Amino acid sequence: MQPRLGPAGWLRWGWRQLTSMRTALVLLLLLALAAIPGSLVPQRTSDPNGVLQFQQNDPETYDVLNRFGLFETFSSPWFSAIYILLFVSLIGCIVPRTKHHLDALRARPPRTPAHLERLAGFESAPSGTEPERAIAEAQKLLKASGYRTERYGTSVSAERGYLRETGNLVFHSALVGMLVTVGVFGGFGYTGQRVLVQGEPFTNVRASYDSFSPGRFFDETALEPYSMRLDDFQARYQFDLTTATWHSTDFTASLSTRTADGEWTPATLKVNSPVSVGGTDVYLLGNGYAPVITVRDPDGNAVFSGAVPFLPQDANLTSRGVVKVPDGLGEQLALYGFFYPDPLELADGTFTSFSPSDKGESLVSLFAYTGDLGLDDGVGVNAYTLDPTSLTQIAGGKSGTPALQLKEGETVQLPGGLGSVEYEGLRRYVSLDIHHDITATGALVFALLILGGLLVSLFVPRRRIWVKAVRGRLEYAGLARGEDPTLAAAVADLARRHRESLGE
Amino acid sequence: MTETLAAYSLVAIYSAIAIYALAFIAFVLDLSRRAAVAQTVTAQQPVAARAYQGSTLVAEKAPPATEATPVSGTTRYQRIGFALTALALVVHVASIVMRGIAAGHVPWSNLFEFACLGAGFMVAVFLAVQLWRDVRFIGAFVTGLVVLLLGLATVNFYVPVTPLPPPLQSIWLYIHVFVATLATGFFAVGGALSIAQLMQSRRESGKSAPGFLRSFPASERLETMANRLVIVGFALWTFTLMAGAIWAERAWGRYWGWDTKEVWTFIIWVVFAGYIHARATRGWRGNPSAWLAIIGFAAVLFNFTVVNLFFNGLHSYSGLK
Ligand code: HEM
Repeated sequence: MQPRLGPAGWLRWGWRQLTSMRTALVLLLLLALAAIPGSLVPQRTSDPNGVLQFQQNDPETYDVLNRFGLFETFSSPWFSAIYILLFVSLIGCIVPRTKHHLDALRARPPRTPAHLERLAGFESAPSGTEPERAIAEAQKLLKASGYRTERYGTSVSAERGYLRETGNLVFHSALVGMLVTVGVFGGFGYTGQRVLVQGEPFTNVRASYDSFSPGRFFDETALEPYSMRLDDFQARYQFDLTTATWHSTDFTASLSTRTADGEWTPATLKVNSPVSVGGTDVYLLGNGYAPVITVRDPDGNAVFSGAVPFLPQDANLTSRGVVKVPDGLGEQLALYGFFYPDPLELADGTFTSFSPSDKGESLVSLFAYTGDLGLDDGVGVNAYTLDPTSLTQIAGGKSGTPALQLKEGETVQLPGGLGSVEYEGLRRYVSLDIHHDITATGALVFALLILGGLLVSLFVPRRRIWVKAVRGRLEYAGLARGEDPTLAAAVADLARRHRESLGE
Repeated sequence: MTETLAAYSLVAIYSAIAIYALAFIAFVLDLSRRAAVAQTVTAQQPVAARAYQGSTLVAEKAPPATEATPVSGTTRYQRIGFALTALALVVHVASIVMRGIAAGHVPWSNLFEFACLGAGFMVAVFLAVQLWRDVRFIGAFVTGLVVLLLGLATVNFYVPVTPLPPPLQSIWLYIHVFVATLATGFFAVGGALSIAQLMQSRRESGKSAPGFLRSFPASERLETMANRLVIVGFALWTFTLMAGAIWAERAWGRYWGWDTKEVWTFIIWVVFAGYIHARATRGWRGNPSAWLAIIGFAAVLFNFTVVNLFFNGLHSYSGLK
């Protein structure tokens, strides 16, 4: 008859199962498997546009996958369940092992076995030395090699490599530390994006961001006040003769930053070298051109004026942009078109950009539309796109009037006496990622503990060695605890040095 | 000058492929010779192959047995194969160095270059391990794999030298990719030994198996050797993961974002952590852990090829469009 388990018995049984090596292994393998979908399906956190595209291309599959949380694999319930169980198991494993290890650290090396013959690297040699002296000498040698030793009669028992288990425990504990750091303290941070045009100011308040994602425990006081502006932007390119393309070799943004009640100080921002200011790190993600465009009514009053960031479409920075003028003219007006930093006219009259560099010849080519821009509906409208379906095209395309083409400094009249458009000048812009993250240092510390613990635990051998004097002979043997390919050699080496020191 | 050097580099890599292919043939001939020799040896002396299986528990004066070479020793083909492999590696390294000088930056910045460097490390680890234990019997596997990889690289992944785009200009990238590729070398040789281990254990359990296995070390010993290599690879891979996170932190402002490439780096890390656990778990030593080492290495190959080519993400640096 099996003894019947009460509720406490079952709990204990379940806990033992959960913290067993086998469960840990199965959970690890499940974790690896569960991560695979995260690489096959676009993820909301790392590739939001990919998710939108997926939804548009295949709404039915999207619904199914979405129900299983596959677009957020790494925060999905099933993925979380696996790693939470794994970490519970891990803690349940670390605690008793730490206790056990602390006991082992205080314990004396175990008694010398009666028979050494069957142990690793066993060696036996005749010896004329008096046993007491031989064993004392062996103990000295073993101590010098980092063993803890204990005399048992005419034998010495030695053990080393407690560090291996220490390393293992440090490694596993640091895994827990890493999870807590990233999972809990990561929630206090925030990240935001901002397109910053040359000369424009940026102040670190939520409204200044084009997009902003706060962590779970974020509150507004985490936004330290500071200001920043883009003074200059330099890009360097190299022409590749074999492929006839330009390769970027360097992007440098010259910023000025000012923290509360401070002076403007210059800072240099590059792709791999962020600028730290006001508790944030500022990263350079992209760059482009922002032509300054002014739209005037027929009387010459400016109804729109500003630097408009155009989004790069190709490696030569042919860029696309939109100007929306809802007020001030007879009708609502939208301008949509392309910017060519280094324009080259093709045989069919269209343009392309010959290089990504502005040589003072840059060209803006715009289609013009009138009609209801839909800005009053309160629906969020993307500033970089235009849906022309309900608009009337008045310049470019099939409108019968050519597109508006402007070089820097030029002004053209809009058809129908609506007003005029001027391309006043050219500015650069950068797109910035701005992060406030308090976990980086903690994560680095735990990463180093993980790595250090791992190296110690993988490569420090843990072993016991015995030297015994019996009836005019000296015996040597060792015992591996865990993987230890060099044990036999270590025993042989000790035996040799021991007999040398005894002069035998 | 740049073009000439790049062209020489390509000629050198083609030459290396040719020499590796010859080495592969020699190693295969060696295996077929061993199958024949082992047959006659075991026919006369059925226990000979087993004697080698001793663990560290060896009686007095017997220790050399564990270090001994397998039954039939080396054959002439094996020595030729090994010498050719070493020669090919010299040409291979020359190719990588010339490529680096031609490009004016470290020669591991696109898929073609990763593949060349990775294949180079596989061979280098194989040759280096030979200084420690006789592993020439996996020569056919290593050279075969390297010929395939380099063939794939030159035919399908080749791109001319280009300047480094700004996101790749980071010391952490150099370290990250270099160490990742080095880890691949260890996983490859570890994987090869694990495959040999599985085949050997099949033979030991009395199933039919190729004759050359009779001259291979016992499966337990293959497992120990594979384990040494895999844990070195694992330590390097742990470092890769961390260096990658530091680089991502510098370049994109977050050290971990579950980008496709990061996901696969993580999967590989977890599989090998599973492997190490399996070796310490009752019922999972031997064949199951060998399978994990092989799955881990397959994931590494998958990560270097398929993920680089077909999955998009921030790490799309294959250089191919
Ligand atoms: C978060 C998941 C885990 C990971 C990533 C992980 C990883 C590792 C690694 C890399 C090693 C080898 C290096 C070393 O010994 O320090 C190892 C060893 C070990 N782990 Fe874990 N582990 C995890 C969870 C666990 C759990 C839950 C347990 C307990 C059930 C456990 C028990 C052990 C033991 C006993 C060893 C020593 C194995 C040996 O002696 O070779 N681990 N683990």
